[in-house]
Amino acid sequence: MVNAYRPSTIDEALRIRNETKALPLAGGTDLMVRYKNWAGLPPKFSQPVMFVAHLHELKGIEVEGDELIIRSATTLTELLKDGRVPEVLKLAVKEMASPLVRNIATIGGNICNASPAGDTLPPLYALDAKVVLRSVEGERTVPIEDFITGPGQTVLKENEILCEIRIPMDEFDSIFYRKVGTRRANALSKVSFVGLKNLQGDRIDDIRIAFGAVAPTVVRSRDAEKMLKGIKIDEIEQIYPSIEAKYAELIRPIDDQRSTAEYRKIVSLRLLRFFLLGKAD
Amino acid sequence: MKIEFELNGQKVSVDVEPTMRLLDVLREHFGLIGVKEGCGEGECGSCTVLLDGKAVPSCLVPVGMVMGRRVMTIEGYRKTKKFKVLLDAFAEAGAVQCGFCTPGIIMAVESLLSENPHPTDEEIRRGLSGNLCRCTGYNMIVNAVKLAAQKGAGLW
Repeated sequence: MVNAYRPSTIDEALRIRNETKALPLAGGTDLMVRYKNWAGLPPKFSQPVMFVAHLHELKGIEVEGDELIIRSATTLTELLKDGRVPEVLKLAVKEMASPLVRNIATIGGNICNASPAGDTLPPLYALDAKVVLRSVEGERTVPIEDFITGPGQTVLKENEILCEIRIPMDEFDSIFYRKVGTRRANALSKVSFVGLKNLQGDRIDDIRIAFGAVAPTVVRSRDAEKMLKGIKIDEIEQIYPSIEAKYAELIRPIDDQRSTAEYRKIVSLRLLRFFLLGKAD
Repeated sequence: MKIEFELNGQKVSVDVEPTMRLLDVLREHFGLIGVKEGCGEGECGSCTVLLDGKAVPSCLVPVGMVMGRRVMTIEGYRKTKKFKVLLDAFAEAGAVQCGFCTPGIIMAVESLLSENPHPTDEEIRRGLSGNLCRCTGYNMIVNAVKLAAQKGAGLW
């Protein structure tokens, strides 16, 4: 039998985490499947479990200065209902799982699960999101791209809990999101693409591009973005081959039951071309 | 762990392993077998129940998570006026064939209509996108929901 804890405050949760290394369980939509057992038997968790979804310190959305704070146990349904949540994140969340699953699944869970196909991740990378990790020893803030180190791998320490996601409140003129999946509901991404752009006159002032499910972690290239910043829209075509080459190097998809590496690579680069040049071929 | 919650309007308490699936506790401890297990992975919606009024797949919910919350299954919901409207609409539209998915679908429809009492076809299809039905081809279910929204206007 595995111990399960139900702390009543975040401080108690951090103490339990520190003493027992209990696995935080928020929505449970990934963990209950991963540790699934025969019907009628408890799931086969290999370590103690701690319920955290009810902790009010981990619920809700608020604005602090020029940052939006989303607490980690906020459900996907709650995200969709809040007017302050960035549009591109909502576009991704709308296509995640099904309404039933979104009613319990949490944003913190999607981040900590660190799947290469985690659909909140490309928008969070593109938005320069940071995560706040707390332990009994204190708190640290880590950019999302440093938090996730590989498939299912994060820098979360055994005594830490991911408590908040902080997103700068930047506005974008052009917001593009595309998920490629087998079905419009309950499908894991074969490829996902985020493109954000701000123009000043006919020049690119800010541009962010992120790809999901085509490498061990989300692909975002600051180099390529730097090459695009400041140039005129009609000049993109001239430098496009070198931009595409940069991404082609970083996009290293795999063959799996959902898709093939070849398909993923072709579709990713077509989405890039479509976002930058307005045409797919 | 002793887990107390509200089940179909009654306060209940159960002493089980808190990581047990709500689905198993409802079926085996409380005998509420209207809650069906299909895929056991949150993909099919057969085990849908209402948690604080919102439809969730009970195969993904550890029972420890429902402490202090309200759970409703088809057995509790069938005592409501809204159920009667859905029952008639589903019968009239021919939206039930083998019936295995139906309890879950009814709970998802309740959750949908309580948010959006007059959904469009597209909104109904999105609202029910987590519930699989292998018999009807869905068109009759969409029609049943439209019929219920019309006949039960004011209830949701």
